[in-house]
Amino acid sequence: MAQIRIENLRKEFGKFTAVQSSTFTIEDGEFFMLLGPSGCGKTTTLRMMAGLELPTSGEIYIDGEEVGQKPASQRDIAFVFQMFALYPHMNVGKNISYPLLSQGMPKAQVKQKVGEIAEVLGITDILNKPVGGLSGGDRQRVALGRAIVRDPKAFFMDEPLGALDAEFREHMSEELRALHDRMNATTVYVTHDQLEAIQMGDKIVVMNHGVVEQFGVPQDIYDWPATKFVAQFIGSPPMNFLDFEGTIGTGATKVQLGDVSFNVPEVREGTRGALTFGIRPEHVCLDDSAAYRGRVTATEYLGTTQIVTLDTANGAIKARLSSSDSVKVGDQTGLHFDPRTITLFNATTGQALKSAANAEVLADG
Amino acid sequence: MSFSVTEPTNGTKWFAGILVAAYAVITLIPLIWIIATGFKSPVDSIAYPPVIVFEPTLEGYVNLFTDRTRATPDMLEAAGPPQTWYDEIARERGTVISGPSRYGERFLNSVIIGFGSTALCMILGTAAAYAFSRFRVPLKDDLLFFILSTRMMPPIAVAIPIFLMFRNLGLNDTHLGMILLYTAVNLSLSVWLLKGFIDEIPMEYEEAALIDGYTRFQAFYKVVLPQAATGIASTAIFCLIFAWNEYAFAVLLTSGEAQTAPPFIPNIIGVNGKDWPAVAAGATIFLVPVMVFTVLLRKHLLRGITFGAVRK
Ligand SMILES: Nc1ncnc2c1ncn2[C@@H]1O[C@H](COP(=O)(O)OP(=O)(O)O)[C@@H](O)[C@H]1O
Ligand SMILES: [Mg+2]
Repeated sequence: MAQIRIENLRKEFGKFTAVQSSTFTIEDGEFFMLLGPSGCGKTTTLRMMAGLELPTSGEIYIDGEEVGQKPASQRDIAFVFQMFALYPHMNVGKNISYPLLSQGMPKAQVKQKVGEIAEVLGITDILNKPVGGLSGGDRQRVALGRAIVRDPKAFFMDEPLGALDAEFREHMSEELRALHDRMNATTVYVTHDQLEAIQMGDKIVVMNHGVVEQFGVPQDIYDWPATKFVAQFIGSPPMNFLDFEGTIGTGATKVQLGDVSFNVPEVREGTRGALTFGIRPEHVCLDDSAAYRGRVTATEYLGTTQIVTLDTANGAIKARLSSSDSVKVGDQTGLHFDPRTITLFNATTGQALKSAANAEVLADG
Repeated sequence: MSFSVTEPTNGTKWFAGILVAAYAVITLIPLIWIIATGFKSPVDSIAYPPVIVFEPTLEGYVNLFTDRTRATPDMLEAAGPPQTWYDEIARERGTVISGPSRYGERFLNSVIIGFGSTALCMILGTAAAYAFSRFRVPLKDDLLFFILSTRMMPPIAVAIPIFLMFRNLGLNDTHLGMILLYTAVNLSLSVWLLKGFIDEIPMEYEEAALIDGYTRFQAFYKVVLPQAATGIASTAIFCLIFAWNEYAFAVLLTSGEAQTAPPFIPNIIGVNGKDWPAVAAGATIFLVPVMVFTVLLRKHLLRGITFGAVRK
């Protein structure tokens, strides 16, 4: 097992830059998520790490060794493809044993190893079946079997659950996570599903347009997004943005939205101009006595909670409230924001302003 | 009464069945005619109206494979009783067998040249198609168009330059020359067909093999080739049929050493007057290899390329 370090990794396809300059580190044994919208360069990044694509510049270290220009076959990693890519002309057992045959392992040992893996994955009964007729879940297991049979330094998975039915995804994601915890193998997992990333990952890199927006543990990324993009991409519904013009001095603990003033975590670097006030829906409370006013325009019932949309002087805002609160469309009410959870953004650059609350998170991101 | 979109009605099935049967009969008549003529006597073979029921004889086949000389009765007497069944057939016509004919050699030439050029064409074609399909080749589209354009005129249009070229290179009437020629003619179509088949095979299979620790060539050999088998088989059949049946170049460029069967078969008539049964026997035997080849590869022709192991 191994630590993987990416430094200033860049990939251009002709004039198009798919990956700008990524830097992040995957620690030994981590379940690491590469998260971002479709087309942001996740697959390209993973393929460079695997050796299926050569970087334009930058370095990739696996276990301290620079492997950027090494062929895939010499990197000792395993890859689970988005569409599984099981060899169609071989049966399940042959598919799983194929990586071992390339190492010249004796037949008896191969057989034993494949048997063990099949046991772990619960596919012993289909070892002799052709891969053509398998269900999505079984294909997935065979693909995993082919990956783990070799005890590689790391596993790379490109949206491994993307081809599965929704109901099966959750089950499979639990299985995957359990498998990882059991083997403690460094795993890099690509997904565009923020929920999947937050649920499964030890650590997350959020990418957009080939740029690493933020890198850290799920909770830090959720609570203290480094950019407006991350704030919006992660969380459902996403973070609320209230746009305003103003000046914030370094050391300020209040901001002025219209004629109402809000307490915020102490600002570490002041700025002026177009700004955005960010607050997650669950940190918005309705409080009739509050000075900041809103009018309810929609409610959405979600079982134990409800999402209430309100119109304010600075734009629409969503609040996650208990379903027992009675709220009606058309209600006029006051809004209260939990001051410890507020993030301010420079609306022009999209970057979060450093504050006493997020400084630590942004420093290592 | 219910209608189904996918299940044909009984009437439709009957209609389709009759159409297929009629088509089969029409295409099979010449074939059956040739095979039957091979077993007729010379008289039956040119009888009018044609005889459908006749007494089969192997005379045509004997004449095909032997050279004979006309013999006077005392010469026949002197030669003693016939040694073999084919001797006997020749004696009945007042001839003695003077030796084997050239048909065997010509047939062998056809086999060497037909299968040789097909094999070469498949090796070169698969390699080129793989490269065009997978690698960044400079001027790829122009090159592919150029390759296809070589097929746009009838090959025989360049017969004279090829004849002169072959003469200067000493390739006239050689196996190598004919193999190279048929390979050159077939290669453009092969590259295009095979590229289509290889394009269909997802890259992930090779990449999976690369990651599993195989080299690029091993990935090609062990993963791509088995999946391209269907395409290779059907392309090979096209190539073989062309090379096997080719007549014009064979007449022009071969006369002895490397002569193939097609230009030889008509000669059989010239030698012995109107020996249609021998011609028909030659044609029948000539049909067999392509038929066997096609039947052997039938499985590949009918089989789908992937079994859906990659979900699209
Ligand atoms: N081989 C390639 N040639 C040209 N452009 C490519 C190639 N591979 C990927 N791209 C482009 O790079 C961008 C990132 O692709 P990808 O890494 O697959 O995104 P993701 O996996 O995040 O959806 C996309 O805009 C895609 O069109
Ligand atoms: Mg992708």
